[in-house]
Amino acid sequence: MQGFGILSLLVWLPIAGGIAVLALGDRRVALARWLALAVALATVAITIPLWMGFDRGTAEFQFVERLPWITAFNSWYHLGVDGISLPLIVLTAVMTVPVIIAAWTVIEKRPAQYYAAFLIMAGLMIGVFAAIDGLLFYFFWEAMLIPMFLIIGVWGGPRRVYATIKFFLYTFLGSVLMLVALIYLYVQGGDYSLRALHELPLTLVEQRWIFLAFLAAFAVKVPMWPVHTWLPDAHVEAPTGGSVILAAIMLKMGGYGFLRFSLPITPDASRELDWLMIALSLIAVVYISFVALVQTDMKKLIAYSSIAHMGFVTLGSFVAWDIVAATGSLHGAGMGLDGAMVQMVSHGLISGAMFLCVGVMYDRVHSREISAYGGVINTMPKFAGFMVLFSLANSGLPGTSGFVGEFLVIIASFKANFWYAFLVATILILGAAYTLWLVKRVVYGPVANEHVAQMQDLNGRELIVLGSLAVGVLVLGVWPAPLLEVMQSSIHHLVEQMTTSKLPL
Amino acid sequence: MPDMQTYWSTIATAAPEMYLTAAICAILLIDVFAGGARRPRLTGTLTLLALVGLAWVAVDFGSVAVRTTLFDGLYVADPLALVLKLSGLLFTAIALLYSGPALARRGIAGGEYYVLALTALLGIFVLASAGNLLSLYIGVELLALSLYAMIAFDRESPVSTEAAMKYFVLGSLASGMLLYGISLVYGLTGTLDLGEVAQRLTVEPSLGMIVGVAFVVVAVAFKFGAAPFHMWVPDVYHGAPTAVTLFVSTAPKFAYFALAYRLLSQALAGVSPTWTVMIAILAVASLAVGNLFAIAQANLKRMLAYSAIANVGFILLGFTTGTAAGYQAALYYTIVYVLMTLGSFGVILLASRRGFEADDLDDYKGLAARDPLLAVGMLMLMFSTAGVPPFVGFWAKLAIFESLWEAGSLVLVVIAAIASVIGAFYYIRVVKLMYFDDAPAQPRGEAGASLRFVLGLNALAALVLGLVPGVLIDICRNVLG
Repeated sequence: MQGFGILSLLVWLPIAGGIAVLALGDRRVALARWLALAVALATVAITIPLWMGFDRGTAEFQFVERLPWITAFNSWYHLGVDGISLPLIVLTAVMTVPVIIAAWTVIEKRPAQYYAAFLIMAGLMIGVFAAIDGLLFYFFWEAMLIPMFLIIGVWGGPRRVYATIKFFLYTFLGSVLMLVALIYLYVQGGDYSLRALHELPLTLVEQRWIFLAFLAAFAVKVPMWPVHTWLPDAHVEAPTGGSVILAAIMLKMGGYGFLRFSLPITPDASRELDWLMIALSLIAVVYISFVALVQTDMKKLIAYSSIAHMGFVTLGSFVAWDIVAATGSLHGAGMGLDGAMVQMVSHGLISGAMFLCVGVMYDRVHSREISAYGGVINTMPKFAGFMVLFSLANSGLPGTSGFVGEFLVIIASFKANFWYAFLVATILILGAAYTLWLVKRVVYGPVANEHVAQMQDLNGRELIVLGSLAVGVLVLGVWPAPLLEVMQSSIHHLVEQMTTSKLPL
Repeated sequence: MPDMQTYWSTIATAAPEMYLTAAICAILLIDVFAGGARRPRLTGTLTLLALVGLAWVAVDFGSVAVRTTLFDGLYVADPLALVLKLSGLLFTAIALLYSGPALARRGIAGGEYYVLALTALLGIFVLASAGNLLSLYIGVELLALSLYAMIAFDRESPVSTEAAMKYFVLGSLASGMLLYGISLVYGLTGTLDLGEVAQRLTVEPSLGMIVGVAFVVVAVAFKFGAAPFHMWVPDVYHGAPTAVTLFVSTAPKFAYFALAYRLLSQALAGVSPTWTVMIAILAVASLAVGNLFAIAQANLKRMLAYSAIANVGFILLGFTTGTAAGYQAALYYTIVYVLMTLGSFGVILLASRRGFEADDLDDYKGLAARDPLLAVGMLMLMFSTAGVPPFVGFWAKLAIFESLWEAGSLVLVVIAAIASVIGAFYYIRVVKLMYFDDAPAQPRGEAGASLRFVLGLNALAALVLGLVPGVLIDICRNVLG
């Protein structure tokens, strides 16, 4: 059908840019840095016509590119976006910029390779969201492990090797099971295209197994309790940029996978096993929030907070059938999915910003321990302002993006079952507790020690990074309508797909 | 003379083997008489030129649209034979490119080395085109005898001679097994012709046939180095000079593929339920033994040896299906695996220098800082072997998974999937050593720019074939369609 277009540009421009940066090498690091920033900004610029030209009225894939790739497997180089993938693509492009800027003078070890790794990552992640061929999706999905493996392993903290190998093997195992399921679907239907997979009739037994195989891949990525243990390790040991990309984008791939694969391909199994997903989500929200409370390491605390917040995404995705059962209408089901999507975008911004804040402090004091800080507001008033803002957003303050997603999911789960809503709403208390307690211990109070006393406030570079993210968090919090509008048709279509049984009557 | 011409036209398809035999004789003679210090270099250059000529002859005379038999069925020419021969040829040439300077550095460069490589290649050719149990056996022996001599090429090294001795004793045993199996098959079918064997097989195999098949399978497993007949693999890979390991571990795999395919998939197709079960057991054992033992290795060559056992497990998984799709996947896997192995051993050669073999895993600590380009090459090859996209190793594993699914072997799919995850661990450990660990300053390898260029192409091929995998997959599909 169509040849190369804007989506290919979005995927391959950062990758080509990354290779160019790599070729420049560490000797011309200033040039490499500027080139990396230029590529990242250009990628963001390319998403603008994508966002503007996107037809909000249809659930069909748009900007479609389809070229023959592997005829033997009937697999195509097939890209396209709909309302579910578009926001995540934009988020990926946008979040790469602060990562590059945040590393500006901080990364001293092999800086060119660092920038290159993140640019290549960005291209591959956009590929994951843009691929609408199952095999192409898997191709990008797995390829992404390589740069992330290197990012954590080369630039990470003291236990980086353990963390990165754990990260790699955990996600690799989950992904391989997904591949096995994908090949099974191909053998059944003879086609890897996403639409064909969505329409492939499957028995309940088949669906159950495929659902579980997909779950292995997506649950690890999200990550859901109890397969979340790689995340705190990876986050803690990763460099700031790595943590940002992990939290802001990579976790979203798990949520995206549920929406794109599990729900439409195995609707009946998803419906049958939704109790499991809801239970795991609620455990993630409640139990992991308690775990977050007792952390003494700032990055670990935010990592656990991420797991709890991603619980909203999985809850919002799988609560739909209970809503339909309770209210008898499809309207509420869409609300849960809306909430899941908004939560993903919002959490991308907030968690990214939180990790950047920790990075700012770490660059000055070289400690992630909460106890190493205290009274930061006295020496860094500007920074303290941002830190407080993002913390409030993280605990779901109205007016910030964190509120919108959580609120939608809570309302949706209230429609399904009072106790779901009751349990999930505890995050409003627990989330506030661990985040604000963190702020209290780190930001407020008297200056704790001489290290804190010597901290310099934000420089212009950091100000731009945190400032732009703050604008995003606030705008999305006050005026989420444009985002909801983009998603609307696709979410509606997804609700239809997941509530239409594939089983013969 | 019209008669002569008619006769030639009936045997012209076998021109590649004739040309190669003539070239071997010529090079051997030149090597003996054109003396002087430059002798090995001259022989090496001549050998490579001869291989270029051979490629032309093989394509020009050996490419046939349909299966053609010559010499009363002793010799078969079909598209599969051509692909196997060209692959063997290409990878032999690359292996010789890699190994020349390394042998010279060890002071064991001799013209005989090239001649032995060529006779091994002739063995590969004969096996690829074998249409008869006898020509099959001749091919096996021709290849094996050349390899024994190549492994022992460093006469001064006790490790090398020990490895060659082990390989020779066990290899002879395997040849005996093969002969015994062949004799049983011959006795029960009354023919040596592979095609006729296939026709005369009874649906329900007799006990004698089952025993014969078992012996044949054991011989195939030994040649491939599949567990539990893998004992020679680590010792040979480790003991032989790296330059020789490079050859032993790569091009002959095509011959073994031909052996397995011609013997099991073609001649014994009628009793495939008998041998697919045996092959499945061997495959699973190889995956388990190869992957688990590789983790424990401290020597890179030994690790790659166990990795070879595990990868042979994947190739054999393709054979367990007994379907065309399975054989296609196995062929694709073989080509891809050989490409990656060649590169991996190439890295060892490039990292080594006089008096320093660079074959311990610890020798690779901090390679990324010392020699970034070599490290990137190794990184690509390791991720490719682990089966991570965008590298070609991923598609090889995918093809195997797919053929297993089509054959409905759920258990094997799951075992293969788990094996590839375990395997990933020791491949990424090499990356960890190169990139995450610091090492005391060491000089770089001595290899020249041209060798580094070859390695660059090799690693790049793993990437390009991964981004655009269709071409090679289609070739494998067409020749085994």
